[in-house]
Amino acid sequence: MIDDGFIKKCKDIFGPENVLTDKAELITYSYDATPGIPSEIPGVVVFPQNIKQIQELISLARQTKTPIYPRGAGTCLSGGPVPLSKGVVISFQRMNKIIEIDADNLTATVQPGVIISDLNSAVSKYGLIYPPDPGSMATATVGGSVAENSGGLRGLKYGVTKHYIMGMEVVLPTGEIFRYGGKTVKNVTAYDFTSLFVGSEGTLGIITEIICKLIPAPKYYKSMIAFFDRIEDAGKTVTDIIRAHVIPATLEIMDKVTIQTVENYAKVGLPVDAEALLLIEVDGMGKDSVDWEAEKCLEIIKENNGKAKVAQTAQERDSIWTARRAALPALAQVKPATILEDATVPRTKIVEMLAAISNISKKYNIMIGTFGHAGDGNLHPTLLIDPLNKDELERVNKAIDEIFEVALSFGGTLSGEHGIGVAKLKYLKNEIGKSGIKTMRRIKQALDPDNILNPAKLVPVED
Amino acid sequence: MTAKTVFDDVETLKKELIRCMKCGNCMSVCPVYGVEEKESSVARGKIALGEAILDDKIDIDDETLVKLIFNCLVCKSCMLACPSGVRYDRIILGLRATIAKKKGLPFIKKVLFGLLKNPELFDKGMKAFATMQGLFLKHEEQKVRAPRGLLRQFGKRFDEEFLLPEISKESFRDTVQELEDVEDAQATAIFFTGCSVNYFYPEVGNDLIYVLKKNKVRVITPRKQNCCGMPVMVHGDIDTARELAKKNIDIFEKVNAGYIITVCGSCGSALKHEYPIILEGDTAYEEKAKKWTDKVYDISTFLLKIIKFEPPKGELNLKVTYHDSCHLKKSMKVFNEPRQLLKMIPGITLIEMKKPDMCCGSGGSYHLTHPDTALKIAQSKAEDIKQTQADVVCTGCPACMMQLFESIHRWDNSCKVLHTVNLLAQSYKSEEKENV
Ligand SMILES: Cc1cc2nc3c(=O)[nH]c(=O)nc-3n(C[C@H](O)[C@H](O)[C@H](O)COP(=O)(O)OP(=O)(O)OC[C@H]3O[C@@H](n4cnc5c(N)ncnc54)[C@H](O)[C@@H]3O)c2cc1C
Ligand code: SF4
Ligand code: SF4
Repeated sequence: MIDDGFIKKCKDIFGPENVLTDKAELITYSYDATPGIPSEIPGVVVFPQNIKQIQELISLARQTKTPIYPRGAGTCLSGGPVPLSKGVVISFQRMNKIIEIDADNLTATVQPGVIISDLNSAVSKYGLIYPPDPGSMATATVGGSVAENSGGLRGLKYGVTKHYIMGMEVVLPTGEIFRYGGKTVKNVTAYDFTSLFVGSEGTLGIITEIICKLIPAPKYYKSMIAFFDRIEDAGKTVTDIIRAHVIPATLEIMDKVTIQTVENYAKVGLPVDAEALLLIEVDGMGKDSVDWEAEKCLEIIKENNGKAKVAQTAQERDSIWTARRAALPALAQVKPATILEDATVPRTKIVEMLAAISNISKKYNIMIGTFGHAGDGNLHPTLLIDPLNKDELERVNKAIDEIFEVALSFGGTLSGEHGIGVAKLKYLKNEIGKSGIKTMRRIKQALDPDNILNPAKLVPVED
Repeated sequence: MTAKTVFDDVETLKKELIRCMKCGNCMSVCPVYGVEEKESSVARGKIALGEAILDDKIDIDDETLVKLIFNCLVCKSCMLACPSGVRYDRIILGLRATIAKKKGLPFIKKVLFGLLKNPELFDKGMKAFATMQGLFLKHEEQKVRAPRGLLRQFGKRFDEEFLLPEISKESFRDTVQELEDVEDAQATAIFFTGCSVNYFYPEVGNDLIYVLKKNKVRVITPRKQNCCGMPVMVHGDIDTARELAKKNIDIFEKVNAGYIITVCGSCGSALKHEYPIILEGDTAYEEKAKKWTDKVYDISTFLLKIIKFEPPKGELNLKVTYHDSCHLKKSMKVFNEPRQLLKMIPGITLIEMKKPDMCCGSGGSYHLTHPDTALKIAQSKAEDIKQTQADVVCTGCPACMMQLFESIHRWDNSCKVLHTVNLLAQSYKSEEKENV
C-alpha cells in the first residue's frame, strides 16, 4: 500500500506540486456529494498532466496492489470517486484543456477535467451545443459525467451523455493505452466501446481524452408552465404530449411539497394550492414547428384540466426556469440535510410512482419533496432530514429501500442518471439478477485483473 | 455573555456545517479554487475540514490545517452560489476564531491588532509609519511608493512591483471638521471613514463630503471612530472585533444621526452584517447593533434611495469600467446603484468587464499571506480590465482600489483607479467651472 517510497515515486512522476500528502489536504478528497456513505481518507492525491504519468502510476499501483480512485469534480451522487481505503486519488481537476473544436465535423476533443459548462461556452461561439446538461454542469467535469453517463434537463429530447461520445482514449488498469472511435459519424468497428466505458464509473479504465459530438443550437424555443389540481391530470398530460408526437426538450414535474417550498423560498408566484406543475420547453430550428408544438402542448394541458402560462419574454422564460432551479435549494433550506434519489420509472407510471412516494413519506414520517424529469420518468424524491437525529436516519434508510423496491416493481430502474457507485450497490441484483452481476464481474476481471481501479464500486464484491 | 454563537460554541458551528450538502456549486465561483484547482481551496473543502475538527479526525494544531483555513479571501462569492444557503461567513470566521483561541495569534498580528483597539495609539502608529515609510518604501511617482530592500526581506510579496499609495502624514479625520453643516439640510449622516480613507485615500473622503454637501446633507465625521473590525475579524480575533464594534456603536449612540454612510465595501459590510453576528446574544449591544445596522448605507444607495439626489451636470469624457467589490456586492448587495450613478454622469460610457464581480485578490491581508494565489487572481482581474480599454476603473472600496492600482501597474496598463464618489465630485466640479 502507500508508504513513503510510494509517495516519493508519485512526486517523481507528477512533480511535487502535483502531489498532496498532508492529512488536511487528503481529508478534502474523502467525500463527494453523496450523503451517508462509507468513506476513507486517501493515502495520497495526484494531479496528472499527461498519459505517461498515468501509466507510470498504474504500474506502481499494480506492483503494490494499491487502489486507484479517479475523481473529476466530486459532484457524484452515488459515491463514485470516494475512496474506500487509503489508496490513491487521481484528480482530473488540472487536466482541463479543450484540445480541439472541429465545427465542420461537429466534434470537440477534450481532456477529462474540462468543466461541462466551459465546453458549452466554448462551442457556443460556433452556434453549437454539447447537449448533456446535468444540474451540476457549472462544476462537473466531462470525464466524470462520461464515467457516470450523466443526463440532464434536456434528456427527453436530446438523450444522455452516451449519445454524444464518439471516441475516447483510455488507460486500462493494465497500463495499456486504448483509443477507439473518432470523428466519423458512422463507426461500427468492433464492440461498441462507448457502451462499455461510458457509465463504467471509473472501474474499467481511466479516461484521458474524449471526442464529443456537438449539435447545432436550436434557434427557437417556447417555454410554458402548467398547474394541475390533480396529479393524475399532470401525469396524463405528460403521456398525451408524447402520444401526440411532440417531444419537448424539457418536461419537468414538481409535486405539491416542492411547489410550496419553492414559492415560500423564491416567491416566483406559483399557486401554492396546485397539486402538481409541469414546466415545458419546446425548441427547434423552425419557428412554425416550434409554434405548432407549443400550441399542441397547450391544447393537451387544457384537455387535462390544467391552467397554462406561456413565457412571452426572455425574462418570463427566465423566471420559469428560476422556479425549476430553485427546487433543490428551496428544499435544502427546510431541514439541515437533503438526500436526493433518482428512482426512474416508465413515464406512464409517473403518477403511480408519485403516489407511492407520498405514501412512503407518510408511513415513515419523513418529509419528501419530489421533482424531476417527468418526460423521461426520472424522478428526484428528495428526503429532508436532520442527520443529528438518529431515529430519523433509520426511518430514512427504510424509506429509501422502499422507494427503490416500488420503482423496480413498476418496471423502472435504480438510477436514471446518478449511477450505482456504493450508494445503490445493495439493490443492484434486484434489477439485473445474479447472472447480471456475474457478467459484470467477468468484465471487470478481464479488464482489471488486479482489481486496482475503483474497487468495490458498481460491481458488488459479495453476493 | 450567554449567547451560543459559532465563535464560542462548537455545537452551534456543527449546525451550520451540516447544511453543506457537498454539491460543489461553490467551485464554479471561488477565485482561490480557480487558481489552485484543489478541493481545500474552496468552501466545500474548508467545511469538510471543519467537520473533521469537530469529529476529532484532525488536530486543530495541525499546521497545514491552519494554513488551509486561512487560505480564503472571505469574499463570499461561494455564498451566492450555494443552493443550501450555507452561512459560510459564520463558518469560516467561527473556525478561525476557534483556531485563534487555541493557538493564539502570531506575535506580529497581536501587535498590529493591539494598535487597532486603541485608535489614538493606532493613529500614532500609522503616522509614525508615515514618517518612516521612506525607510521601507521608496518614492516611485507622486504619492506612490514601492518597497526598499529592507521590506523586501519580509517576503516575496514585497517585490519591486509592489506599490502602495503614500500614507498621509495627516490623517483625513485630522483635516476635516467634525461637523460639516449645510443650510436647509435634507438629512444628517455620520461618515464612517474606515482606515483606508483615513490614511491612504483622504481625497475619497473629501470628495464624499463635497458630494454630500452638494446634495444638502449635513455630515458628521466623528474624530474618534475606530477601525470597523473587519481585519481582526477575518483573522479570528473575534474578541477584539467585538470590542471595536461596541466602541463604534457607543460613538454612533452619542452622535445619534439618522444615517451612517460608508465608502468602503468592507466597512459597510462589517457594520451592516458582521456586527449583528458577532454581537448576537449580547444583552447590552445586540439590539443597538441591529438598530444601527438599519441605518448603514453605502454612499451610492444613500444618494439614490434615501435623499433627493441632484445628478451632476459637468461632462466627463471618459470610458469607465466598474469593479464590484466583493463585500459591496456579495454582502451589501449593492451593485446596481453605483452603475446607475455612473450612467447619470454626462459623457461617461460604462463598459463592463467580462467578470466585473470577480474578486481582485486583495482580501484584506490575503495578498500578503498568500502572495502566489493572490497575484494570479489579480492578474486575471488586470487582464479583464485591460480588454475593456477603459480610461478609468471605478470601484466602491478603497481596499480594492489599492489592489487594482498595483495590478494595473504590474500588468502594464494605463487605466486610472478611482472611487465612484471621485467621479461624481469631478462632474460637479466641472459643472461649477462651466457655470462661471
Ligand atoms: C446539485 C447536483 C445536481 C446534479 N444534477 C445531475 C443531473 O441533472 N444529471 C446527472 O446525471 N447527474 C447529476 N448530478 C450528479 C453528478 O454531478 C454527475 O454525475 C456528474 O457528471 C459527475 O461529474 P464529476 O466531474 O463531479 O465526477 P466525480 O463525481 O468526480 O466522479 C464521478 C465518477 O466518475 C469517475 N471518474 C471521474 N473522472 C474520471 C476519469 N477521467 N476516468 C475514469 N473515471 C473517472 C469517478 O471515479 C466516479 O466514479 C448532480 C449532482 C449535484 C451535486
Ligand atoms: S469566501 Fe471566496 S475565497 Fe473563500 S471559499 Fe468562498 S468563494 Fe472561495
Ligand atoms: S455550494 Fe454550498 S452546499 Fe454546495 S458544497 Fe458549496 S458550501 Fe456546500
